[in-house]
Amino acid sequence: MAAFPQSELTPLLNSGRDLFLIIHILGVACFAYIITKRLAPLLHAQRDFRFDRPLSRLRMVLKFWLGQWKHPRYRGAGTLHILIFAGFLLLALRAFTVLIVGVSPGFVMPFLSGKAGEIYNLVTDYATTVVFICMVVAIARRLVFKPARYEVPERYGKAHTADAVFLLGLIAVLMLADSLFAAGKVAAQAQQGAPLEALAVLSLPWVLRIGLASASMSAIAAVGYGAYFLHEVTFYFLLCYRPFGIQFHVETSLFSIYFGKLDRGTIKPVRWGVPDEQLDQVKSFGVKTFEDFTWKHILDFYSCADCGRCSDNCPSNSAGRPLSPRFLTLKARDYAFQHFPVFGGSNNSQALIGSIYSEDEIWSCTTCGACEEECPLLIEYIDKIVDLRRGMIDDGNVPQSLQKPLKALESRGNPYGKMEKKRADWARASEFQQECAVKTVGKNDGADTLYFVDSISSYDERMQSIARATAKILDDVGENFGILGSAEKDSGHEARRFGEETLFMALRDHNAETIRAAGVQKIVTADPHAYNALKHDYKDLPPVEHISQVIARGVQSGKIEFAPLADSDKLYTYHDPCYLGRHNQIYAAPREVLDAIPGLKRVEMKRSRDRSFCCGGGGLMLFYEPREEERIGVQRVRMAAAAGADVIVTACPFCMTNIEDAIKVAGYEGKMSVIDLVELADQQMVRESPVVETEIPAVQKECAVAR
Amino acid sequence: MEILVCVKRVPDTSENEIVLNRAGNDIERDDLVYSINEPDNYAVEEALQIVGRIGGQVTVVTIGDEDDEEILRREMAMGANHGIMISDEVFQGSDGRGIATILKAFVEKGHYDLILTGVQAEAGGAQVGGMLAAMLDYPFAAVVNSIEVLDGGKLKISREIEGGNKEFSEIDLPCVLSIQTGINEPRYVGMRGIRAVASVPIATYDASTLGIDGGAVGEAGAKVKHVDYFVPESTGGAEILSGDRDANIEKLLELLTEKGGLR
Repeated sequence: MAAFPQSELTPLLNSGRDLFLIIHILGVACFAYIITKRLAPLLHAQRDFRFDRPLSRLRMVLKFWLGQWKHPRYRGAGTLHILIFAGFLLLALRAFTVLIVGVSPGFVMPFLSGKAGEIYNLVTDYATTVVFICMVVAIARRLVFKPARYEVPERYGKAHTADAVFLLGLIAVLMLADSLFAAGKVAAQAQQGAPLEALAVLSLPWVLRIGLASASMSAIAAVGYGAYFLHEVTFYFLLCYRPFGIQFHVETSLFSIYFGKLDRGTIKPVRWGVPDEQLDQVKSFGVKTFEDFTWKHILDFYSCADCGRCSDNCPSNSAGRPLSPRFLTLKARDYAFQHFPVFGGSNNSQALIGSIYSEDEIWSCTTCGACEEECPLLIEYIDKIVDLRRGMIDDGNVPQSLQKPLKALESRGNPYGKMEKKRADWARASEFQQECAVKTVGKNDGADTLYFVDSISSYDERMQSIARATAKILDDVGENFGILGSAEKDSGHEARRFGEETLFMALRDHNAETIRAAGVQKIVTADPHAYNALKHDYKDLPPVEHISQVIARGVQSGKIEFAPLADSDKLYTYHDPCYLGRHNQIYAAPREVLDAIPGLKRVEMKRSRDRSFCCGGGGLMLFYEPREEERIGVQRVRMAAAAGADVIVTACPFCMTNIEDAIKVAGYEGKMSVIDLVELADQQMVRESPVVETEIPAVQKECAVAR
Repeated sequence: MEILVCVKRVPDTSENEIVLNRAGNDIERDDLVYSINEPDNYAVEEALQIVGRIGGQVTVVTIGDEDDEEILRREMAMGANHGIMISDEVFQGSDGRGIATILKAFVEKGHYDLILTGVQAEAGGAQVGGMLAAMLDYPFAAVVNSIEVLDGGKLKISREIEGGNKEFSEIDLPCVLSIQTGINEPRYVGMRGIRAVASVPIATYDASTLGIDGGAVGEAGAKVKHVDYFVPESTGGAEILSGDRDANIEKLLELLTEKGGLR
């Protein structure tokens, strides 16, 4: 619609110039007013440092905004969205040109005159058509096919269908009006004997042009005028109505993605810009009222497109816990709109817990990260959940079931309240000690590698087998390693994610100091939660590896060789632990290890890798008593059964706990089993025939430098 | 309402492995971690909730030494307005009656409408509350699991009785109540809360400031002395059901009914 000589558009638009100008001014003024009002909460919010690393942020924009990276994960809706998004990008210049020609009919967008303009017009004729068809399909999906993830459970209010359909319909009207205006213009050219502008064959404007072929000039002028008016009003109505609902993301998504979270596996500080040592002076921790959210988190609330993908992937939601990430956001958005209304000032802030959120809702999250992995707009959930928990902890509002383990972490350094001096008992089982003596790194005894065991593998009888297998493998690959023994405390990973920042800092400071004093060059752990804590929550430590990476390297270098599987008729599947997979992107190493075992047949579950389904949650989540219809772990075990697996291999002691229990609850006992990757590797490892004790004294054996 | 809650620091049963010492007259106390006696914590929470509803102040008091200060701090972090430490060498080795005597002397120094204790502490005596009430000539109710403040200086309380049933009573103020766990859900206190009250002063009393005769309390005045502990030997007698699940359930139901566990 670029280059029209004034003469052709005059009969269509001339009489409306003043009206069009008034609508322009009103539309822009309304939009500016609404956006100013919407920005107000962001200005009242907490600080958030998101102005660093512009290149990384630009890369995010290219990948997730322009590249629509997450969308194909949902094939149908994703394709639809990519088409609409591409259409909108293409149509932007066309829409602005149309808006301007209403008041200045001779306007031509720079660079879009002549041939370029003709090509652009043809391309955008099709873009209009594609977007129009997408709207029809999208409306049909909403009204006829009704994907389950759009449903609104009763406790969250009424269905959003009407609003969604209304907004989709408005875009369809916009496309129709645009096309009709283009068709009218060509029809007017024909009537006036002017050279005809080309319309793309079979496009919407082309079809409408046929309808106008026999119309009189006055009818064409009326249609053109009407189409323009409709286009302009719809455009501004959409612009101003979007900030009230699910299409606000059209305007905010670019910013949400640019300011998105760059560092996986981390948790935001209690207050941005307040160093740890000054935290005692911070009056209130976490999020208690709406203004305690950071501006980016409020921007997240605005940006949610209500696509339901987060909740569709949320294990807590799936198990019937009172948490749905989608509504965590939407409830906050509704509150923001009501708390900072477009007309009038903001009203008094109330506590979020007990009004829009319930305690159980906030404790229900396993921090598995499935929601964040899925969100096309990179909306953050874990940091908000943790901040809300920090607020509850600060108010003393903690379920009794969690108070005991938190207290035990404080007094004993582990959530079970076991004695510190028994932390290394797993290494003292006499049979194991003969095979592999584990030394405690201390003043007199150095090591290159620290094996950080963490609480569950140290104290839980079942999980101690993981600790022993890890030690044996470290020994086999020739690592000069040791443990911290009774000087090790819980990594604090869960304490932090449950909002107990002060306790976490105490545990972190103790461990970090002890580790630094030990003078090791690297750290290995078999517990993905400890791995994540040491890697992301601690600072200035030697590099950290998960044992699966050590084994994979051992296999590659030939240091580790596996014997063929005895039960080779069994089918194995690998369950990705959230804190190894999603949060740290370690997907390949464990699979390489499994595939190196001769005779092992492996199958993938439908939900694997970055779409892995949480086992039910680790650490303190094991103590929490959620309200749920079915255990998360039971659902996971069913998925393994559906894949035909007989053995679930995992690489996390918490996954082991949950899956082992779930196998019993789901009634697969005896039919299905679970084993940790490191246990399986240990079991299959080809070792030289055992040395007879009398020939070489234990002290001279490679690993036996123990005290 | 002015509420006094009497609290005690005890070895935390959930975080310790309790074993007898060599002499057999006490538990092995090395490597123990201590915390506030659990029912006492419920009593403090109840006091805070009452004050939250009708106003007033909560004072927590303990008898001990500097090690015991941590529980006063913890309860102050929960919201108690004042912490009181009663400490004197002559108090060591007091029996329940001795403790009640010391507390009585302290209570008479102030004006408290309501005095709460936990239902019992780790020693299981469950006697201090009752004795204190008797010494003060106050009414007393034990195993209290709900409190409602009525007009006219009265409380409506319920007590836990056999079979999970409740008995409701009215009781005149001032009175002493021993509080059962489960009366409320005590709030959480973390290290941050404790740090925030770390420098709040704690008033200290000793035998002379309370006007207590050292001979009447402590080991000298104790009329009950522990002489021995008996730990039952573990023997057989456990019946292990084996067989298929349905049969086990059937058998278990039968056994439970037979032994009176099911009606």
